[in-house]
Amino acid sequence: MDFLVTHAPILIVALPLVAAFVIPLIGIGRAGDRGRNIFSLVILGLIVFLVAILAENVHAVGIRVYTFGATAPELALPHGYMVPVRIIFEVDSMSIFMGIIVTTVALAALIYSLHFMKGQTGQARFYSLMFLLYAAMMGLAFTGDMFNLFVFLEIASIAGAGLAAYRTNMADAVEGGFKYIVISAISALLVLFAIGILYAQYNVLNIAALAYYMQYTPLDMLALGLLAGAFVIKLAGAPLHMWAPDTYTVAPAGSTPMILAASYMSMYALYRVTFTMYGGQIDTTAIGWIVIIVGVLSMFIGVMMAVHQTDIKRMMAYHAISQGGYMLLGVGVGLAVLADPVALANYGRDAMNGGIFHIINHVFYKSLLFMTAEAIFFRIGTRDTNKMGGLARNMKWTTAFYVIGALAISGIPPFNGFASKLLIYETVLKFSPVLSVIAMFVSLVTLASFAKVFYAAFTGPELPAFREVREVPKSMIIGMSILAACIIFLGLFPGLVVDNIVAPATDALINHTAYVNAVMGAVP
Amino acid sequence: MENIAHNFPFVASALLMGVAFYIILFKKNLIKLIMGIGMLSSGVNLFIVALGYRTGGNVPIYTDVPEGLMVLSVPQALTLTSIVINVAVLALMLTMVIHTYRHTGDIDSEKSRKLKG
Repeated sequence: MDFLVTHAPILIVALPLVAAFVIPLIGIGRAGDRGRNIFSLVILGLIVFLVAILAENVHAVGIRVYTFGATAPELALPHGYMVPVRIIFEVDSMSIFMGIIVTTVALAALIYSLHFMKGQTGQARFYSLMFLLYAAMMGLAFTGDMFNLFVFLEIASIAGAGLAAYRTNMADAVEGGFKYIVISAISALLVLFAIGILYAQYNVLNIAALAYYMQYTPLDMLALGLLAGAFVIKLAGAPLHMWAPDTYTVAPAGSTPMILAASYMSMYALYRVTFTMYGGQIDTTAIGWIVIIVGVLSMFIGVMMAVHQTDIKRMMAYHAISQGGYMLLGVGVGLAVLADPVALANYGRDAMNGGIFHIINHVFYKSLLFMTAEAIFFRIGTRDTNKMGGLARNMKWTTAFYVIGALAISGIPPFNGFASKLLIYETVLKFSPVLSVIAMFVSLVTLASFAKVFYAAFTGPELPAFREVREVPKSMIIGMSILAACIIFLGLFPGLVVDNIVAPATDALINHTAYVNAVMGAVP
Repeated sequence: MENIAHNFPFVASALLMGVAFYIILFKKNLIKLIMGIGMLSSGVNLFIVALGYRTGGNVPIYTDVPEGLMVLSVPQALTLTSIVINVAVLALMLTMVIHTYRHTGDIDSEKSRKLKG
């Protein structure tokens, strides 16, 4: 047990990475399908257990440092060295918070895929890419090294693009995957360029060491601009969101939630860079306002583009952009008042809590919605809402899950979207009432747009073409019900969740010196 | 004059990146777009390798090292990793362009578009 606790950070990344390359070997032949499914579930079950004990450990003892190749994993600085020369994984509350989100979504997505993918060709590659994407996201969450971050970003991009273009028999799927890999390649190269600039000045690649030596020279500003630009592209922030609807629409359902979660890993990287690496150096008010403006633009443009979509998944993808705006708004308000202790205690910290809480809420309900959309596509073979109708008669579970997801995204109590949106409205109101009104207005339009699709797709007279439509297979229902249960739990006990996993994550971002000292503490 | 010679790799990498961005933003042919991304990665790689180069420095191998400066080894390791990754990315992009061509009979980004709005 001690061994597992000590080595959990590396095992969580290494296990799926190994599994990704073992799966194609198991999945040869027809009998292999069953073996591969069982193997995938066992590995993921093991990882869920490891994430749970690591989360418990981080909650109990604080930041965990794992140094590769050191005599003891805690030994960040070799004897006699002033800088960390080894690759370091650093797991704080924010990292493990993202880890919990990604792991839950991966579990639901994997179970959902078991029946969804049944009978399709190239399943081994699908599961292989899923594990690769999962490993990359966990690596992004845990890494304490800039170059490592770049490598995991690229692995996530390649795996994500492969998944998005998985259905190569459709022209639009290839197009969506191609867009994803192009923007990912460009943004990753911007990140690499920024890493080069930082390395040239400080001769270190470790995030904590960079934060320790950070001078905030004009070159550092350029690096910050490049990094922020690259991450905003990857998280589908407003002016640079063009890829998101295409990619989310075409990706097969099991992988859409994973690609969605990957975009929030970029948001995590953005926060890690601005709060931790440049912490205490940047002009937080100006950067905070930039984040707020990107957030409000994403919210507004996303929802306005969503309203008139007829493709159900594309509509949800635009809502994903819009909901991303809420997260940026909440955290942006916190960043804008970071230098003002009174305002921070008064509403800034709660605004950040809201923004970060919204990540977990949004990933859960949007994943559920994507899965219901793809369940419909699975049965009737179209995503066009104009061709649907009366589906509630035959697809009762799917309808129930859609309603849960739609109410959660619109911020209706007692679902989880309400909890985080209320936190954001309340705190943003104290910062700037106009922004709060915009946020509420966007929420109303969201409700209208989901209600419209509900009436179009699920209610109405039974269409003759869909008389024979049946409910989706069991594993897809189980996958969706995991997320639905999480949504209801988060909605009923928001206080418990905020106190135990969201607030520590916020404090980990605000108090960047703890992250730096965990590695650089021994330097005189 | 010596200064110009010293900074020449940086000028070259800036030029490469500039041309690459022009291609990525304004060329409609998907193969040209991929070439642009390849050039961008070359520019960034050249930048990082040039950072670690010391004129007249020794090879960074630690046995029987002669006196004097040593070329930094970390940027070379970074570049090697980045080259490998970029090969994978470019190969993946090319396979997708082949699929696009099979579906639409065109590799012009305007004419082969299916997703709009």
